[in-house]
Amino acid sequence: MGCLRIIRRMPHDAHDDHPHSLLPPDPALRVRALETILTGKGLIDPAALDAIIDTYQHRIGPQNGARVVARAWADPAFRARLLADADPVIAEMGLYGRQGEHIVAVENTDTVHNIVVCTLCSCYPWPLLGIPPGWYKSDAYRARVVREPRKVLADFGLTLPQDMAVRVWDSTAEVRYLVIPMRPAGTEGWDEEALMRCVTRDSMIGTGVAARPEAGS
Amino acid sequence: MRPGETEPVFGEPWHAQLFALTVHLNEAGVFVWGDWAERFGATLARHGLARDLDGGDDYYTAWLETLEAFLIELGLTDADRVGQIRAAWEDAYLTTPHGAPVKLGQV
Repeated sequence: MGCLRIIRRMPHDAHDDHPHSLLPPDPALRVRALETILTGKGLIDPAALDAIIDTYQHRIGPQNGARVVARAWADPAFRARLLADADPVIAEMGLYGRQGEHIVAVENTDTVHNIVVCTLCSCYPWPLLGIPPGWYKSDAYRARVVREPRKVLADFGLTLPQDMAVRVWDSTAEVRYLVIPMRPAGTEGWDEEALMRCVTRDSMIGTGVAARPEAGS
Repeated sequence: MRPGETEPVFGEPWHAQLFALTVHLNEAGVFVWGDWAERFGATLARHGLARDLDGGDDYYTAWLETLEAFLIELGLTDADRVGQIRAAWEDAYLTTPHGAPVKLGQV
């Protein structure tokens, strides 16, 4: 009842419903406590924390992976190098970074559809796709996609021909996967920027396909 | 699961803070990522026994529990200390007038 006690003690501002600061939820206070303790030990720099948050909120996201995919579509030599050994290729593009230690590119074809999961936790190629969406981290996806990938894909609105093989790749702390979706028909001659607009985050996880922007995706 | 729905990168400010804290500790050499992932995976599996985790708040709740336990395991803090500082933050929020910056006194 600490809140009520304070309300009686402090003058109430008619324009303000909270005479004291709004109390954050319990986990937020626990995170604050860890920050305080670790800062006190000199183990963390609060400015570095802000920089990390800014990076993932504003700088790194699926547009990075989309550029890799678009270039692979447009440049056969690049595509061959990417599929053979993605790490140096991605490093050349300046997209190397944390949680991108070893990236493997897997290509969708007329006969094979690839889909990525992390059954352990939520390993994901951060430098290419940013932070994973909530569903990627959910038990429903992580458990089901291995057991019944076609049903999960159907939930995403993706029905594959029965004769198309589905390969599920389980990410680890050491290996992350990037799906190279099939290039949409009718994009012949498009440049990299235009091709990028066909690539969605989900198409690079394998729960979607690439599509021409005007066709919706 | 809501396919294709766009969502903010972090659902809550504390999700972002917790994420950044963990990444920073890894980069500072406090632990290697594989050791973190192993522990986090075990926590998720344990929580998932009771009910299906939706990958939102419950995901970061498991993350926080893992980080607290890992830091204690590494000898960097203990549960009493975390509880004490947490209570000090709560007190600071409840005694700081709305609009003023919330600061922690000497703890």
